[in-house]
Amino acid sequence: MKRLRSIEDFESLQSRIMTDHDAAVPTIVIPAGTCCQASGANDLIRVAKRELLDKKLTDTVRLRITGCQGFCQMEPSVLVEPRGTFYPKVGMKTMARIVEYVARDEVLADELFMSPDTGEQIERQEDIPFFRNQVRTILSRNEKIDPLFIYDYINNQGYSTLAKVFKMADPDWVINEVKVAGLRGRGGAGFPTGLKWEFLANQANGHGKFLVCNADEGDPGAYMDRSVLEGNPHGVIEGMIIGAYATGATGGVIYVRNEYPLAIKHLIIALRQAREVGLLGENILGTGFSFDINLVKGAGAFVCGEETALIRSIEGKTGEPRQRPPFPVQKGIEGKPTAINNVETWANIPIIIEKGAHEFAKIGTENNSGTKIFSLVGKAKYTGLVEVPMGTTIKRIVYEIGGGPVGDARIKAVQTGGPSGGCIPADLFDIPVDYDSLSKAGSIMGSGGMIVMDDNTCMVDIAKYFMNFLKDESCGKCFTCRKGTQRMYEILDDISQGHGTLEQLQLLEELAQVVKDTTMCGLGQTASNPVLSTLRYFREEYLAHIQDQRCPSGVCRALITYSINEKCKGCQLCLDACQQDAISGKKKELHFIDQSKCIKCGACKSVCKLDAIDVV
Amino acid sequence: MINLIINGLPVSVEEGATLLEAARFLGFPIPTLCYIDGLSPYGACRLCVVEIGEGPKAKLVTACTYPAEEGLKVRTASSRVIKARKMILELLLASCPQSKTIQDLAAAHGVRRQRFRQEYEDCILCGLCVRMCEEQMMAKAIGFRGRGQNRSVGTPFDIQSDICRLCGGCMYICPACQLRCTYTEPEKAVCGGCENLSPPCLEKEQFDDMMCYMDPCVACEITKD
Ligand SMILES: Cc1cc2nc3c(=O)[nH]c(=O)nc-3n(C[C@H](O)[C@H](O)[C@H](O)COP(=O)(O)O)c2cc1C
Ligand code: SF4
Ligand code: FES
Repeated sequence: MKRLRSIEDFESLQSRIMTDHDAAVPTIVIPAGTCCQASGANDLIRVAKRELLDKKLTDTVRLRITGCQGFCQMEPSVLVEPRGTFYPKVGMKTMARIVEYVARDEVLADELFMSPDTGEQIERQEDIPFFRNQVRTILSRNEKIDPLFIYDYINNQGYSTLAKVFKMADPDWVINEVKVAGLRGRGGAGFPTGLKWEFLANQANGHGKFLVCNADEGDPGAYMDRSVLEGNPHGVIEGMIIGAYATGATGGVIYVRNEYPLAIKHLIIALRQAREVGLLGENILGTGFSFDINLVKGAGAFVCGEETALIRSIEGKTGEPRQRPPFPVQKGIEGKPTAINNVETWANIPIIIEKGAHEFAKIGTENNSGTKIFSLVGKAKYTGLVEVPMGTTIKRIVYEIGGGPVGDARIKAVQTGGPSGGCIPADLFDIPVDYDSLSKAGSIMGSGGMIVMDDNTCMVDIAKYFMNFLKDESCGKCFTCRKGTQRMYEILDDISQGHGTLEQLQLLEELAQVVKDTTMCGLGQTASNPVLSTLRYFREEYLAHIQDQRCPSGVCRALITYSINEKCKGCQLCLDACQQDAISGKKKELHFIDQSKCIKCGACKSVCKLDAIDVV
Repeated sequence: MINLIINGLPVSVEEGATLLEAARFLGFPIPTLCYIDGLSPYGACRLCVVEIGEGPKAKLVTACTYPAEEGLKVRTASSRVIKARKMILELLLASCPQSKTIQDLAAAHGVRRQRFRQEYEDCILCGLCVRMCEEQMMAKAIGFRGRGQNRSVGTPFDIQSDICRLCGGCMYICPACQLRCTYTEPEKAVCGGCENLSPPCLEKEQFDDMMCYMDPCVACEITKD
């Protein structure tokens, strides 16, 4: 790749790439992020390549391998441009047929997405309710770009906002744009990014300043940062260069957890290409401005996502938070001023500069501008990554995009914000999803996990699950965080075993409040949320466990029994499924479960087709 | 100089002073467990919490680590602080009831029972020994390992450290085993190990058959397999 020596060099390269690119050529897009690969995208890529070669179609049909597009439940999926045809759950045989049909510019009708409600087939991706109800400003870039080719990114307006910023030659203008846009950090706390940058820009530049991209994403069930890094690493890099220009930062660090090998690979390639082209490193585009980015791999401790722990981890010390103030903007990496932003925050920067701050501020609601990606998982019909304007109601996300409940269960709550978030009950689903409303409801935005729960989810069990996570992931420095989470887990465990008492419930509440009050970092301060929010909205479930020794959702093993009712026709499916030989009964006769052998694994219930297994 | 108000009284302290220093200057008592003059503050035990700020923004911070800020309003014994302190003491009693230091603190704050399942741990991970070793003995032989409930103090990989000079400073400063270790009165001592500069914690085998009433003892735990 030729090194670009000036802004004009870059612009002529970009216009050349763009004119060379014929958007009318049919293109098969295969998303191959980590999630897609796990469901078989690599096989599809292999088949598609072979078919294209065998049928000599390489000149007439293009193949593009991209990052995840978000509809993870339907993966591996294929998108065909320019028609926008979407094929869900593609098998290897279907892939071969798709290639054939694309070459003839036809649609393979029997493999299209079928709406389960109306039964009609939907051809185009943008007409599928899951996509139609989103506003995909960040995620839509994933499908346009092959993350391994910087030219692909440049072809899609990539780095042109950086060129715009260089031409403007006014760092204060950039900071002002970010401030006017009202962008708030997507890492959880929602601190205004423009303000953070201003603080950094105002620090003396004696010994250097740092910018950090926080890609430690440790929440169980959340993976939007991973998808952005895998699908569009240059977007984040461009955002960081713009940020460095605005704040006068001299060095950048991307802190990625080691559990994201594909993201690391794509980042390494992207950084190398950006350096080769002259968009990173010394004297970027001949402007005299220098900035480089290092990649630091974290060992995957949840607490290392916290700013001060992250800084210590970058310095090679134990990932342990420290007292703030002094804040990282005052004293960060090696004592130098440091600003830390989330992956998604960085990915928003080029969009702000491109759209203009005022346009950006129009998306979402006042004080909560722009879009936010959520990972919608759990008991919803459609799951995956969902990008919506801030302030969208939970109802809209769960029902219109997520398609509502699976089967005929009733959705009872969503859990937002990961382990330190809280549960929001169904009757509050009209609240808009933004930083302030969520925290008023006792939860947090967090980095954007959203777990849908239905009648078959026990709230005590959920609180216990998260507390188990937190007691292992607390750094252990603060006594109240370390012991407090252990003790809360102990009490929750007692309750779920049926040994809980009302005094313990009272103690649990007192303790939760003290842990919230007396801990140093965000982990401890929010560690009580799972307990406090479930107690606030689902106290009756706790009471049922304690007073009636009953788990209303049929989850807590110590409190439930499996039995067979008279719907049983003696098909013997359950008898075969039971690994404990606890079920007996003759063929075509009512079966019986021996409670002394039953370990309550639920295998019988999951195979029974007649709904003959009761859980009480 | 920085001016702040503690319990309604104005005070000026030098820049870099902590809230604990400022409060002690005025004579307001704040209980501490993991703080000792001469070692850097760490903020592990959370016992020294005080309330700062006003209205909905009021929050608890640890006085030993929080720097004095201009105009800050501090309350060292608000009901929120007292409640938190009592709960912390209850948690400490539930985990390490045998420590005289903890018993005294609990008694002084009117905590006379604890409602959790009783444990007999020997280390509260206050980190005094780690800082003692690093900052006063210039050795850095022991440190924290693991996180969450697996956190512990010890030498790297539990191998006897080359840097350790067997000074016994770690045992001297430990609030969890103070009563049981008689350090400077060897005639009363059970092992007198630290006095002989050969703490049992570092050569445990030698003391295997000894009936030590210090059991469980932090010193032994340090070298536990
Ligand atoms: C326990 C804990 C874990 C965190 N994990 C992450 C994380 O995985 N990713 C992230 O971007 N921010 C995380 N944060 C938030 C960061 O501390 C920090 O606020 C954020 O990176 C700032 O970026 P922003 O202004 O763009 O939101 C975490 C905070 C805490 C307390
Ligand atoms: S609150 Fe928990 S995670 Fe945070 S510093 Fe304290 S012990 Fe560590
Ligand atoms: S004395 Fe301040 S936290 Fe222990």
